[in-house]
Parts: sequence; C-alpha cells; structure tokens
Amino acid sequence: MDVLQLFVSGLANGCVYGLIALGFVLIYKATEAVNFAQGDFMMLGAFICLGLTNPQFMDLPFWFSVPVAILIMGVFGYLVDMVVLRRMFGQSQVAVIILTIALGFVLRFAAGVIWGHEPISLRTPMAGEYVRFGGLVLGLSEVMVIIVTFLLTLVLYVYFNRTKLGVAMQAASQNQLAAYYMGIPVKRLHSLIWGLAGMVAAVAGILFASKGSIEPSIGLLGIKAFAAAVIGGFGSLPGALLGGIIVGLIEPFASYYIAAGYSQITPYLLLFLILVFRPHGILAQIHSKKV
Amino acid sequence: MLMQEERPAQADTSVILTVRNLESYYGPIMAIRGVSLEVREGQIVSVLGANGAGKTTLLKTISGVMDPEKGEILYQGRDIAGFDPDKIVRMGIVHVPEGREVFPLLTVEENLKMGAYVRSDADGIRQDQEMVYSYFPILAERRRQAAGTLSGGQQQMLAIGRGLMARPKLMLLDEPSLGLSPRLVKEIFTIIRRLNREQGVTMMLVEQNAKVALEVADYGYVMELGRMVMANDARRLMESKDVQEFYLGVQQETQRGQKRWKQKKTWR
Repeated sequence: MDVLQLFVSGLANGCVYGLIALGFVLIYKATEAVNFAQGDFMMLGAFICLGLTNPQFMDLPFWFSVPVAILIMGVFGYLVDMVVLRRMFGQSQVAVIILTIALGFVLRFAAGVIWGHEPISLRTPMAGEYVRFGGLVLGLSEVMVIIVTFLLTLVLYVYFNRTKLGVAMQAASQNQLAAYYMGIPVKRLHSLIWGLAGMVAAVAGILFASKGSIEPSIGLLGIKAFAAAVIGGFGSLPGALLGGIIVGLIEPFASYYIAAGYSQITPYLLLFLILVFRPHGILAQIHSKKV
Repeated sequence: MLMQEERPAQADTSVILTVRNLESYYGPIMAIRGVSLEVREGQIVSVLGANGAGKTTLLKTISGVMDPEKGEILYQGRDIAGFDPDKIVRMGIVHVPEGREVFPLLTVEENLKMGAYVRSDADGIRQDQEMVYSYFPILAERRRQAAGTLSGGQQQMLAIGRGLMARPKLMLLDEPSLGLSPRLVKEIFTIIRRLNREQGVTMMLVEQNAKVALEVADYGYVMELGRMVMANDARRLMESKDVQEFYLGVQQETQRGQKRWKQKKTWR
C-alpha cells in the first residue's frame, strides 16, 4: 500500500514537472530558444490565481480565478515574446538564455513584492478532501492534478494535430523558411506559442499550488523540469511529459529507500546517465533539422 | 550581349509583373544589381544563369522574403517591394523554394493544407486539393505519409502542389529540376506546362538547366553576376550563339557540383 501511495504522489508531482517541461519544449521547438523563466512563469501563474482567490487578496470564487489566471498568463507570454524576445532576433542563443534567466529573477522578486516571500496556501475547494479507492486514501488534489494533466495533454494533442493554427505551428517549427514562403505569419505564431507556454505554465502552477503552499522561489522547480525535458528528449512533447513523470516518480521512491542526502541527486543522476547513454533523450525525434 | 533589343510586340497579353532597377543585398554583398524584367499574364518566363548569378535572390525579393535596397516591383500595377511574404501570398504570388522545402514531419495532406494557409474558403481548398492530386496522383496515394519520407521527385511535386494550394496567379519556381533524374525533370516540366495552360497560372522559373527551361518557356532572360544580360523569346534565345555556347553546351558536372556546394555554404 505504501508503494501505491508513493506512486500516486510521485505521479502527481511528475505531472507538474511534465507540464513545466512541456512549456520548455513548446518554445524550444517553435523558436529554438530556451525559456529558463518557464518555472517562474509557473510561479507567477500560481500567484495570480492565488491573488484572485485568497481572502486576504481579492477573494473571488476559485472557479472564476482559474480561467482568468490562465488567460492572464497567456497574454503575458504573448507580450514577453512580442515586446522583449522579438528584439533579440538574430542575437546568439546565449543572449536569449541570459535574458530569460534575468526575466526569471525579475518575476521572482516582483512576486515577492506583491505577495510576500512567506509561503502561502492557495484556497481551493479540493484542499483537505480525500478520495478512497478500496483501502487506498488519496488526496483529492493529487487525483485532480493527474486528471487535469491527462486532459490538457489530450487538448494539446488535438490542437496540434487537428486545428489549422496548431498544424501551422508544427509546420513553422519544422521548416521556418518554407512557412514564410507559404504566407504563414511565423513571428505571430512565435508569440502565440509563448502565450500557449504561459497558459500551460499557469495550469502547472495552479495544480502545484493546490497540493501545498507556494512562495516566489518555487520557480526554481523549473531546473528539475528542465532536466525532465532533457531526459524525455528535448524537442518532443510526449517526451517532456514522460520525462516529468519519470523524475516525479523517482523522487519519492528515492527518498523512501535511499539515505537522505543521496536521494535528492537521483533526478540529476538519471539526467547524467541519459546524457551519456542516450543523448537525444528517451523519445527523441530523430531527424536532422535544416537551417 | 545586349539588353532587351529585339523584344517582339506582344500587345495581346497584359503585363502581370514588372521589375525595375531592383537591387538587393546579402549583408554587404550586392546580389542583384539593377535588374529589370517583365512577366506577361499566362506565360512561362525562364530566368537562366549560373550559380551566384542572383536568380534566387531575385525570386526571394519578389516574394518578400528579402527586402530590396532600391527599385520597384510592380504586380498588377501596384508596387509590392518590401511587403511581408504573407501579404504577397494573399495577393496571388507564391514562391516554390529551391530544394523542396517541405514540412518533413507533416503528412502530404497537411503540407498541402499549409499551402492554403492564407485562404479560408473550405470548399475551394478541398477542390484545389483534388486538383493537385489529379496532376500528381502519387501524392494522393501517399497522402497520409510524412513528407520527409517521400523521394526527391515526390517532394518536388509536393512543393509545387503546396504552392498551387494558395491559388496563385503568379508562381515563382526556384530550380525545379535540381537534383532530379532526367526522366523526372521531364515529367515535372510537362506538368508545369500543363498547369500553365490548364489552370492559367503564370510561371516565372529560374533554372540552371537551360535546355528544359527554354523548351517550356515563352520568354527568357539570362542573368550574370546580378545583372540581366539577355532577354528574348525563348525560341530565339535557344538559337542564340551565346546561349548555345555558355548554357546549352557541355558543362563540367564536377565543377558545377563544387560551385553549388560552395554557394550553399555561403548563402544559406
């Protein structure tokens, strides 16, 4: 029974990592930039929802705040690309990386100024509720995390394969030049991808906040999610989720069976092994991209 | 070699595209140096020239992927120089790039749908898709297959078909014969001719393969080092001594291959 309990909580954590990793991969695939502020996007999404919902702030109903927070993060992501990233066009990758790291710092401190640096809990209807499956007792929020992640994956799958805009985003990431030639507005699609990554980050943040308290530094979770994205195969959306789930599952088992101090390094140990033995990640899309 | 000396009177067709004194740069390098040309509606116009002559730059400047430094591009009487590519595609000019730039992981059908990105008439798109399949039956057979798994000739067909999906009035074709076997080259050019005749698509194509390009064309230009050096009826160009010597004569394949490799390395 312990094992199952660990499995579910690990899976729930993994889903959050997976969603952050998804944001990394979305932006990387489309624009070949890595957004190291993705974890802080998640933090910001969580805090916006908290700011709207919690009684000490705006005290709005939870089910109203969730879509509003997601929407705000979508607009935020879009604007970050349009106002900041587009000016970096033609600059080196390193410049973009440093810029996004700096953006992460700014967001962390801005959130600290607005909502304080102390851990706060998001007021959700799921808090403290439990579901029983036979003898198994699971937190409702953990079950929600898993269900929502599954649904979001489904929605994204349909979006990227069935809608014109989604297929165009794929097309632009596979061959940007050809997309230009066909009249696909590549720059606007890049901004939309950033918007989408912002929305996914908001969902991840709200899910994370529903499981426990949050503080501005939770954005650093992004590093773990980045490892997850690399493990799954940077550039593969299913790989990102898989990587996230693997990292999420390893953690609780490692801390249960391995001595403290060693258990924390297991995700990175796995990252190390993957980089040595399967550098493209588990679900790598093997095709050389034309530049 | 003289410029546009013996242009025959062609008052029966109207001019769809006029380029005047166009200059474009690749960074500090002036790739086209004051090019002028005309494309008449319903015709096939070929631009010949060796590598580095500026043919691709010319097409890229017309389709808006590159902005010109100077000069005019009049399309249906309107100056479109410096417009964004999506606007130009919407106006009816589509550029089929060199080297079959397909979307490798999308299916054949999705590639075609992306060609119609700027359109929103679902019925028309479906009809045009069937039209493309009727010209290229092999694409219909492979419609659910990822484009990256097609052969070179099939990818070229897909690139042309995808261009057609935008329902262009003017199609810019960059080296459609590149890297294809002689039999496939013939097949592709036969289809280009048919599309021109049956669908009324005006074609401007740039080619190194002067023979096929002139056979299919109504009118031809010769470009050298960023300038137009000859212009005439395709048939007359074929009879011209200079063209015969420099473009229809025996060319050394190895040297050409090396040049192409060099060009790829520096220009792209």
